[in-house]
Amino acid sequence: MLLLTCPHCGVSAEETEFHPGGEAHLKRIGPDGDDDAFMGYLFERRNPKGVHFERWRHAFGCGKWFHLARCTVTLEVFGAYRADVHAPPAEIVERIQARRPGWTPEGEDA
Amino acid sequence: MSDPAVSWSRVRDRGMIGLRADLSVGVVRKALQKACGLPVPETRRLSVRDDRRLAWMSPDELLLVLPRAGTAPVLAAVAEAMEGRHHLAVDLSDARALFRIEGPGARETLAKGAPVDLSPAAFGLHDFRRSRLGQLAAAFGQVAEEPDAFEMVCFRSVAAHVERWLDVSCRPGSLPGVF
Ligand SMILES: [Zn+2]
Repeated sequence: MLLLTCPHCGVSAEETEFHPGGEAHLKRIGPDGDDDAFMGYLFERRNPKGVHFERWRHAFGCGKWFHLARCTVTLEVFGAYRADVHAPPAEIVERIQARRPGWTPEGEDA
Repeated sequence: MSDPAVSWSRVRDRGMIGLRADLSVGVVRKALQKACGLPVPETRRLSVRDDRRLAWMSPDELLLVLPRAGTAPVLAAVAEAMEGRHHLAVDLSDARALFRIEGPGARETLAKGAPVDLSPAAFGLHDFRRSRLGQLAAAFGQVAEEPDAFEMVCFRSVAAHVERWLDVSCRPGSLPGVF
């Protein structure tokens, strides 16, 4: 079970108070995209073993969306951050690197 | 029949107003404070004055609970105080149900259903929390101490279920006695 802290209201609670919203930082393919790119946007997900970024909603609490960085292997939570950004902020990257030396956000795109 | 340490009741004569606005703006807080008649609470807190409560629901949402007759005048006061500012004020009196749970066992009764640390050190007077009770969305705050009293709101459509839940949760001899 995950223990999450909502960055909006500061509540720390177990995961049943939250609702997962899937992989974070997806780039939406709009009307200009071709069918393959749109299919990728809809269906292709990283499913990594290790560091992962997700969207979560504090569904039974303040109702707000936020981002979460965690490890899919150990379930360690590196931190939560605001919903309206396209990439994890520097402090979250630092926290991940402190726990997973050698990990880089650039490596995510490889 | 309930355990002597706890009792619950449905409070039916209250009005409830849902308020949404940008609470990070000073003038907005001041306007709402004036219209509601009590201070805008801090994060996860409850303002209490006489028979009115103003609860922090989210960074842009408050819930005002007051005697039912006061609902229309406050809605008018909010409309006036917030004129020209982006906001929402809705009478939720018939959309929510209100409960009062009191007694030295009230804390433990709620703790049976909510994934919240309700120990006296973690949850005190005028603390307020949105969470769930069993499977249902609920929000509760502590309105009095010695003995403890909590007030809780849930959707009215599930009020009958919450009544049964409270009956079961308050059964004699069912309090674990950890707090
Ligand atoms: Zn929250």
